[in-house]
Amino acid sequence: MMKKIILQGFYCFLFMVCFEIPVCNGVTYINIGSPLLKKAPVAVPDFKALSGSAEEVKHGKTAVQILSEALNFTGYLKTMDPVAFLANPAQSGIQLSEINFRDWKGIGADYLITGGVLSESPGNIKFELRFFDSINSKLLVGKVYTGSESQIRKMMHMFCSEIAFILTGKYGVFGTEIAFVSTVDGNKEIITCDFDGQNIKQITFHKSITLSPSWSSDGKWLAYVSYAKGKPDIYIKNLQENRGAIVDFKGMNISPDWMPGQQKLAAALSFSGDQEIYLLTINGEVIKRLTDSLGIDVSPKFSPDGQKIAFTSKRAGTPQIFIQDIDSGSVKRLTFNGLNNTSPAWSPDGKKIAYVGIEKNNIDIFVMSIDSGVPVQLTADSGDNEDPVWSPDGSMLAFTSTREGGVPRIFVMNASGTDQRRLLNMSGKQTQPDWSISDSTREGM
Amino acid sequence: MKRKIWLNVLLAVLVAGLFFTVSCAKKEVVSDAGTVKQASAAKSADDADAKAKADAAAKEAAAAAAKLAAAKKAFENEDVHFDYDSSDLTAAAKTLLKDKVAWLTANASAGVNIEGHCDERGTTEYNLALGERRATAVKAYLVDLGIAAARMNTISFGEEKPMDKGKTELAYAMNRRAHFVVK
Repeated sequence: MMKKIILQGFYCFLFMVCFEIPVCNGVTYINIGSPLLKKAPVAVPDFKALSGSAEEVKHGKTAVQILSEALNFTGYLKTMDPVAFLANPAQSGIQLSEINFRDWKGIGADYLITGGVLSESPGNIKFELRFFDSINSKLLVGKVYTGSESQIRKMMHMFCSEIAFILTGKYGVFGTEIAFVSTVDGNKEIITCDFDGQNIKQITFHKSITLSPSWSSDGKWLAYVSYAKGKPDIYIKNLQENRGAIVDFKGMNISPDWMPGQQKLAAALSFSGDQEIYLLTINGEVIKRLTDSLGIDVSPKFSPDGQKIAFTSKRAGTPQIFIQDIDSGSVKRLTFNGLNNTSPAWSPDGKKIAYVGIEKNNIDIFVMSIDSGVPVQLTADSGDNEDPVWSPDGSMLAFTSTREGGVPRIFVMNASGTDQRRLLNMSGKQTQPDWSISDSTREGM
Repeated sequence: MKRKIWLNVLLAVLVAGLFFTVSCAKKEVVSDAGTVKQASAAKSADDADAKAKADAAAKEAAAAAAKLAAAKKAFENEDVHFDYDSSDLTAAAKTLLKDKVAWLTANASAGVNIEGHCDERGTTEYNLALGERRATAVKAYLVDLGIAAARMNTISFGEEKPMDKGKTELAYAMNRRAHFVVK
């Protein structure tokens, strides 16, 4: 399994070639943090078969489908129904000079994507892709990708990353993965999938209770908790090589979180007889103790700059979220509303904390600006909602919800709380998503 | 053939075990064991009579063993319950723990696992921490009452193993518990 993945990566490196079609640009079009964000319509007409072969038409259809699904996954673009299209670039041409932008502006398409497909040699497909601003009749980004049929998905996602960067200043989520917990034959195991719920892979086979997956920044490691040895211990696992470490101090070893860009983790350990948060090496050795208060201290989450942790503590009598500076040790309480606030998640821009608040048995997700301290409720009247985690571009949150039949499933929503939808269909119960920071569409760029 | 030998060995072990259990049990049971010995000593006496006596002794021994097993079962099955989001021992919890002390004293060689559990409200990780505090609170109280700490191991299952999967206050109350398992 691992070998296959490495091999695929190798082929990508060998054969997937990417050229830039020159454009000049410098504007960020869309502010993904805005709660008033409206989805911009984008037209994705059929791709042009450059040598006219049926195979090219087929690959073009596959590519348009993948591209459309990926763009619709974002909180800021929506693809248009092709029935409305007045022009057909597959016939009339895919280049800037060949497009009459009035055809696209007229039907309300803010943006247009054209594509050309060329089957160069057996198994080698070349895509020529352009993303236009149809209102200003302007080419925003153009790319040429060459790869095998199995790499069409990856090539389209690479282009989506370019589009995201042009529009938002960030490369988006198209090369990211989500790790989560799912029951498999009654046991909780760690599973991963692509950002859109595709490519489901089972990572652990402990046949035990396995919880709390956490990605390292480079996406090469997962830390998680498992009862495989009878009690909760932290497993630090390299996903490509068969190596890692187990943190199995006396008592419980739970809630690992990787320090951004570092081979270090924070976790809650109770070997001292009291639950405290510690900084650990990748080999599971204690670097230092971070918290020092009697009672529950759990669920550390690093700030994006790695200087602070947000965590859950009962030091004030009820579970609340606190922020601690790692070097100075100074602590500040973040949440004051309600009697039960847990499970913090730090936004990638460092400005907000998403968390779980419980009031009158309603379990919901809130987000709070650290500066203002004002909570905004994102879920309501829809089952229990837990485990918020930000997408690496900050545009979305993944979370667990029991809104469909009382069974916990992974959902996603836009950062403002809109567009809440189920991420994936699989049997069993899914909880505790963690969104990877590393982006496979940006490797080797 | 081999199977028959095994069966005999198994029987021998079982019978030996029975005598052992009987001799370990309370006083009145011990005197019954004496009867058994007498019966086996009087070899020349009526075989049928001896058999009847042995049967009776075995029956009583089995009853005594069942009683012990029931006591163990009660020890394991009666959970210590907690208030919402609390690891403090209630008055009822302390009363129950005093019963547990009686059993632990009577079974001085027994080691126990104390499991801490939570209701499903609250997040997974917080509940793991809360469950551990429940288990350690129970252990600390038992240590105060004279039970050796080394006999007791604590483990938290958080919200992973609910007794009652319902979403009622009653189900939640059932699930907020410390559970004993004899090692």
